[in-house]
Amino acid sequence: MRAGLMRDLGLGLIGLVLLLALPALFPHPSLRDFLIYVIAYGLLAMSLNLLVGLTGLVSFGHAAYFASGAYVFGLLMQGGAVSIPVAMLAAVGGTALLALVIGAICVRLKEIYFSFITLAFQMFIHSIILTWVDLTGGDQGLRGGIPRPPFLGIDLGDAGTLYAFCAVVFVACLLVMRQVWQSPFGYTLRMIRDNPARANFLGVDVVRMKLGVFVLAGTMASVAGIIMALFVSGAFPEFGFWTTSGEAIFMIMLGGTQVFLGPVIGAFLLQLLNHYVTIWTHHHGLVLGIVILAIVLGLRRGVADYAMAWLADRRAAAAPPATPAKAAAPAETKAAG
Amino acid sequence: MLTVENLQKSFGGVQATRDVSLAFPAGSLTAIIGPNGAGKTTFFNLISGQIRPDAGRVVFDGEDVVGRSSLEMVRRGMARAFQVASLFPSLTVREALTAAVTAHQRRSWSLLARFPLGQSRARVEELLELLGLGAKAELVSSSLSHGDQKLLDIGLALAMDPKVLLLDEPTAGMGPDERWRMIEKVHHLWQAKSLTMIFIEHDMDIVFKYAQAVHVLKYGAVLAQGTPAEIRRNQDVIDAYLGTDHHLAEGAA
Repeated sequence: MRAGLMRDLGLGLIGLVLLLALPALFPHPSLRDFLIYVIAYGLLAMSLNLLVGLTGLVSFGHAAYFASGAYVFGLLMQGGAVSIPVAMLAAVGGTALLALVIGAICVRLKEIYFSFITLAFQMFIHSIILTWVDLTGGDQGLRGGIPRPPFLGIDLGDAGTLYAFCAVVFVACLLVMRQVWQSPFGYTLRMIRDNPARANFLGVDVVRMKLGVFVLAGTMASVAGIIMALFVSGAFPEFGFWTTSGEAIFMIMLGGTQVFLGPVIGAFLLQLLNHYVTIWTHHHGLVLGIVILAIVLGLRRGVADYAMAWLADRRAAAAPPATPAKAAAPAETKAAG
Repeated sequence: MLTVENLQKSFGGVQATRDVSLAFPAGSLTAIIGPNGAGKTTFFNLISGQIRPDAGRVVFDGEDVVGRSSLEMVRRGMARAFQVASLFPSLTVREALTAAVTAHQRRSWSLLARFPLGQSRARVEELLELLGLGAKAELVSSSLSHGDQKLLDIGLALAMDPKVLLLDEPTAGMGPDERWRMIEKVHHLWQAKSLTMIFIEHDMDIVFKYAQAVHVLKYGAVLAQGTPAEIRRNQDVIDAYLGTDHHLAEGAA
């Protein structure tokens, strides 16, 4: 399926150009800050959706890997011995190992038990961050800034360069996840999501597949953490608190689980809401709650899923009645853009 | 192909399988019949690795396979379809069959390629043709009719290229016409793929017309086994299951 790959690469390139052009067209520093938040949290939500939307594993503890990426990267950079790319690779590799150990225990459990044990491991990691003050700075976080020495002629000390770097990393990660989504591996995960017992009777090693995607999702979350650490020049215990996982789940619910880019759309909407609602009122939690309730009860799915289903219905209505097509299905294959 | 010897299984105080010894020669088509609660589905679960027997042997393809997981049993060539079609509701017929074929080809871990893999295509087309689901290939599994869902369930099992295929009531929940169409299709599959097939069935007309051998279970034990002609004359079977008013003389195979 070379055509699908080329199309995704093309769309990725267009997305990257758009991301790079926006701050240039509207040179307001707050726009760039806004977009970096969307990039970091969008990536976190996208990585979580590999578990939730693709595999049917609702993890409540995904922020643990976000925090792990941020702290490992921040500590290595503060140590001063390695360059940014090496620290990134080490943070990603270290988090993959962490996800492998935690995942090996979690993926054996089903449904709500899986959710709870992922939450438990996250609280465990959060309390390590809080109590190991010598290493992590405890509740103050990694202070004193994260040095950003230039590498290969790239100076991330410059705000514009940092933004461009984050955008490139973000789009690269989306392309990796898109490949996972469209691979035989991704379709096997859909089998597990729909009917794990049947997948097992068709020769799918369900536990190992789940562990594989768990590690992959943790790895991608760590990249989001690295982006965040680079941007705020620090790492904070809230990165690994359950509210961060909760926010990622909000984004997925807001944007949708079945359309590939749904979680990023959700991240964008949530940041937008946060931004404007906090200008108007102190009770922004209340307003956000009402908006999410309205979407959950009104649309009964994320906005992107809703839009795709609506489009599919229209297409089915326009087509001859003999071909109801994929009207009732999550239209994921058409949802690249 | 498949032999079970002195198989035993209890759940709590209930003995679901009592000292069952049966043989299924290669290429045979065997029906398993018996009243509700006779332990027919439990028997399938025992031989396909889903539950472990308390005692006894299951010899599959010359090897004792007691204690093997259902995953291993599938990979050794024992596939099954279910009483209630067990599908992947959000996948289309083609996607589901392709994913199953891909699993059988051990390419489920393939991360760098795109779905569907070229190597699965011919096999999927063959399965669609065999099942007669070609026109419905792009439909979502959950939108299929009951009969087509049962067919797809069997198709998923066939994607495993099994040596032994277990069918748990392939005609369950169907009207009379649909039943016959279904069993004719199943019979055709058996002939086309030279499988060893074992099916659980309640419709005696179907059993006596199509099965080569019939095994009767009652309270978890083997009540009788033999050819359809022998079984329909067997007084124990008539008393326990068929009943005296069952018109047995008609439609002899």
